[in-house]
Amino acid sequence: MSEETLALEVRNIVKRFPGVLANDHVNFTLRKGEVHALLGENGAGKTTLMNIIYGLYHPDEGEIYINGQKVTIDSPHDAIRLGIGMVHQHFMLVPVFTVAENLILGAEPTKGWTLDLKAAREAVIRLSEQYGLEVDPDAVVEDLPVGVQQRVEILKALYRDAKVLVLDEPTAVLTPQEVEELFVIMRQLKERGVSIIFITHKLKEVLAIADRITVMRRGRVVGTTTPSEVTEQDLATMMVGREVVLQVDKAPAKPGDVVLSVQDLEVEDERGLIAVDGVSLEVREGEILGVAGVQGNGQTELVEAITGLREIRSGKVVLGGHEAPDRNPRYLIEHGMAHIPEDRQKHGLVLSYPIADNLVLCTYYKPPFAKGLQRNEEAIEENAKRLVKEYDVRTPSIFTPARSLSGGNQQKVIVAREFSRPVKLLVANQPTRGLDVGSIEYIHKRIVEMRDQGAAVLLVSAELDEILSLADRIAVMYRGKIVAVVDADKVTRAQLGLLMAGSPAEDVLDKEAVPA
Amino acid sequence: MAEQQNQQSQKGAVRRFLQSIAVPLGAVALALLIGAIIIELSGASAWEAYVALAKGAFGSAEGWRRTLEKTTPLIFSGLAVAFAFKAGLFNIGAQGQLLFGAITAAWVGFAVHGLPPGLHAALALIAGTIAGGLFGAIPGALKTYTGAHEVITTIMLNYIAMGFTDYLANGPLKDRSPGNIIARTPEILPSAKLPTWGWLPFGFILAVLAAVFAWWVLQRTTLGFEIRTVGQNPHAARYAGMKVARTVILTMVISAAFAGIGGAVETQGVVGRYEPGFNANLGFDGITVALLGKTNPFGVIPAAMLLGAMRAGSNVMQFDAHVAQEITDVVQALMLFFVAADQIVRWLLRIRAEEGEKITLSTGWGSQ
Repeated sequence: MSEETLALEVRNIVKRFPGVLANDHVNFTLRKGEVHALLGENGAGKTTLMNIIYGLYHPDEGEIYINGQKVTIDSPHDAIRLGIGMVHQHFMLVPVFTVAENLILGAEPTKGWTLDLKAAREAVIRLSEQYGLEVDPDAVVEDLPVGVQQRVEILKALYRDAKVLVLDEPTAVLTPQEVEELFVIMRQLKERGVSIIFITHKLKEVLAIADRITVMRRGRVVGTTTPSEVTEQDLATMMVGREVVLQVDKAPAKPGDVVLSVQDLEVEDERGLIAVDGVSLEVREGEILGVAGVQGNGQTELVEAITGLREIRSGKVVLGGHEAPDRNPRYLIEHGMAHIPEDRQKHGLVLSYPIADNLVLCTYYKPPFAKGLQRNEEAIEENAKRLVKEYDVRTPSIFTPARSLSGGNQQKVIVAREFSRPVKLLVANQPTRGLDVGSIEYIHKRIVEMRDQGAAVLLVSAELDEILSLADRIAVMYRGKIVAVVDADKVTRAQLGLLMAGSPAEDVLDKEAVPA
Repeated sequence: MAEQQNQQSQKGAVRRFLQSIAVPLGAVALALLIGAIIIELSGASAWEAYVALAKGAFGSAEGWRRTLEKTTPLIFSGLAVAFAFKAGLFNIGAQGQLLFGAITAAWVGFAVHGLPPGLHAALALIAGTIAGGLFGAIPGALKTYTGAHEVITTIMLNYIAMGFTDYLANGPLKDRSPGNIIARTPEILPSAKLPTWGWLPFGFILAVLAAVFAWWVLQRTTLGFEIRTVGQNPHAARYAGMKVARTVILTMVISAAFAGIGGAVETQGVVGRYEPGFNANLGFDGITVALLGKTNPFGVIPAAMLLGAMRAGSNVMQFDAHVAQEITDVVQALMLFFVAADQIVRWLLRIRAEEGEKITLSTGWGSQ
């Protein structure tokens, strides 16, 4: 291969944080007009490296070259000047502004003393045409679907003349169809000479879009390869450093009696708008019902209503044949509910508490953890030692504050606590979000075990892969309604994607059924 | 291996302890330093002034008695503020709760006749504790059922308490003995008084026991676990099935009960009756004490002693070193300032902020 100039090169980057070597002599090259995937588990050092490139961190050692020129990047301002654009996982848009207004934010064209909005609109149209990204310059951002908002973010970077685009986990918030559209856009950008760094932990996507793949593990580059040379399994092994079971081994479900029954449930969100709109569903013992859907379609409210954290407007939630008398989490917990909450730091843990206290958060008031009015410290420590060992929580001590643990280990603490009671119903909402492959594998295994022991499992996830590999039946949620409930082995990814995007169930399911 | 780990964690505990008292100590040192500058600017000798202050507070048995007497109500009001803080509540109402305790104890002290000494004193103490506690239930209930912020409601309830106790001392409970024209209750009976043994007031012992009790409730009981969980993360508390509303009200009641018994002890041990001016600011100073003590029940004791000593010794300072007593108020205010603005002290002492351990004064202001 000829030595063309590289759009970006980093050489021997070292970045230390107290106690951690976040980047250990990292080398990374980005050719002009390529999509280079940066793959790695959480904590592998991807984000640190990108923050160095974007000027948010200063490397302790190492050099950065852009177009063959050595540069120092002290701030995002420098990075933008050097043609580096970043699209963060969480969008940095002003929801009430139009696309054009958002685009120019921070680099506003002016005419005398006033804002030149006409120039802004023209810029949107020009860039849209140039790069093939369709966006209406006058649309208000909050009215746009997430996929289109992401396009606005990309346009923002292009408006600032980005030649190198960093996309940080861009597919996390998208439906499968929107992911396809994003890939189309990425290919168009490539053709027009934009170089893209694509950060992700999803193996399928990497193989679908990347020209080259660099895998990081524990601060080091493990290797760089191309999609044609590797399989998903190879990549997973590179990421984790050992063989990983990607497919969850599970026997067919043996459904028993109905454990959870939700009838015509209506729930409001914080603003008083209907978030769950007449949902009915049943979960039986020994089966996993997966609720698929793009984030923000009422899943959070549904789970909070079922677990007693949110008032219900109308309808019923029946657990084990009984309706909870006062929608009180303690009643439900005592009647066999376990809950892995969506936001582990907000609901699942008290971050300042030691692990031992977090492990008795729901049972502290009962023997053996309570003796009369007092806590039984001995039993609490005993319990912690046992669970930390059994669930392989990596921690220096049972007295370490939960805050100091990695996300995966925090989640294991929650799983350990919730699974250590007799469980009739497990409600798991995004149980593996943000976790590394190793932890995901472990938690999936535990959930299936729970099912095999006879628990009813309600699994809510925005990850279609997770739903497909765990669920026995799948309910698709769209705009607060369950639009379809199907057996997991009778539906395809594509069908689910269409349902998640709001296509009517009759069309989707029939269309596929006829040719088959 | 295990032993090594144990040693490690012990070392860690010592280091954490030193770190945790660095800010209050730094704040005290800075306040004394600025106080010294002010004294020097006013033409007196700061060294002499501080020596006289210490002599007045600790130089004699009489000094010790006065110091402990001044310390006692500050421990109680400091505990009231510190205890509520553990549930994330900022109880500014210790003053009003203390007044209710003080006047109730006075009433039981003078109006109930014929009880043996120990029993009468105990009854008055209990009455004062309950009165304070019930008054504290009001802001707790207001917060729970209407969402009214406790900072606002406790401040307003302080005024109600002041007005109401003034009315009682001037009306139904007024000392009608001939010649009395000021607002005060009759003197309590000797059987309701708390003794002082030499330099050691009985009330001080009660205050230390109260601190032990507060620590025990918070650290050793399941109720304390609920209180701390609600304070650290109310969402997780709800998720875990704790009754957050009940916990908030109960915490306010216990917190206010500390202030209430403080008022009762002051009435029965020092003042001997209810007289409005005598209790001024004892409750408010509890805020300084609690913050200086890092809202730890045991930290409250030395913090209260420091303030108590400054009060007990300020007379001698004025007499010996010719420095106005009010300088101790200035120093106290500076202490509060530096504890609250802990970033200044941290910056001066180069202490890194530890997460989770920080005292957030704005807890609840729109953050919940």
